[in-house]
Amino acid sequence: MSAFEQVLLIVGMMSVTYGVRYSVLAMSGRITMSKRVEQALRFVPVAVLTALCTPILVKPEGQWLLSFDNSHLVAGVVAITVAAISRHLLLTIVLGMALFLILHLNLI
Amino acid sequence: MNPDSTAQPQLAHTPKQEFFAGARTIIPLVIGATPFGMLFGALAISAGLSAWATMGLSLIVFAGSSQFVAAGLVGQGASVGIIVLTTFVVNLRHALYAASLGPYLRHLSHRWLAPMAFLLTDESYAAVISRFEQADASPNKHWFYLGGALLMYVNWQLWTIAGIVTGQRLESVGDLGLEFAMVVTFIGIVVPLIRRWPMLLCALVAGGSALVLDNLPHQLGLIVASLLGIVAGLAAQLFNREAEPS
Repeated sequence: MSAFEQVLLIVGMMSVTYGVRYSVLAMSGRITMSKRVEQALRFVPVAVLTALCTPILVKPEGQWLLSFDNSHLVAGVVAITVAAISRHLLLTIVLGMALFLILHLNLI
Repeated sequence: MNPDSTAQPQLAHTPKQEFFAGARTIIPLVIGATPFGMLFGALAISAGLSAWATMGLSLIVFAGSSQFVAAGLVGQGASVGIIVLTTFVVNLRHALYAASLGPYLRHLSHRWLAPMAFLLTDESYAAVISRFEQADASPNKHWFYLGGALLMYVNWQLWTIAGIVTGQRLESVGDLGLEFAMVVTFIGIVVPLIRRWPMLLCALVAGGSALVLDNLPHQLGLIVASLLGIVAGLAAQLFNREAEPS
């Protein structure tokens, strides 16, 4: 990415992020958000982050890799299980990352 | 003067007291954000962003998860327009926080709202909302917000620098799976949010369609898959309500 594009990236990301934060903060004293919009927004983090992560787990090199040789997938499934049982962020990261590094660096 | 008002000095919160109380309240969240600041710095460098652009994202955009997403997309060769569009969607959730805080801030001028909006993050919202909800009529609660949010901001900058330095060192070491560190972090954030089946359906649809759509041009797959997930979740919620009227 060129230097110019990196400047554009920062300015663009700042504009959309600050635009949402400021406009809603300044208006929310006066207008109320519709229930439906509020419901939709609650799905945003789960939808975006899941859509971002799933291809990295299942297609780490761009191709489907449903195999025990896929260290991303194996460690990811273990991390999902740990997160579902413990609901503990740090524990999920430490166990998931430890297993991934062991598999990825062929330590066993 | 009312004799009761002699008791007031203990309860009256000066701007300074509110400021430091806010900073103290956010400390656990600041500590929690520390590894992510460092990870972001390292990941952005390994994705090919320059040190100053990495720093610029933390200084000027200041939105943790969208900074991660942007670094990931830069690594995949996405265009600026797509990354900005994705950032917009990722940060739409800030509208929820702003809408929740707004009614408490009606008396403030633009001079206050402008920096408060800039500093609005998951952490600052989580740390300050209970202060605003407290019944006492302190006129200085926005100083509580400022104290907490500023500490969060300064800390994020420091650990971004640490991450940039680490990332530059790691470049010679090679692929250590920094990208997976991002994924496992998001797993730890997302999975506990899934408590009801509309949210589970949202995740399944978003994840499944991201796998199928990852060949869409311009890395549009992420945004289309996210929207499909949101629509599926909303539809499930509507269906749920009709199925079991309360």
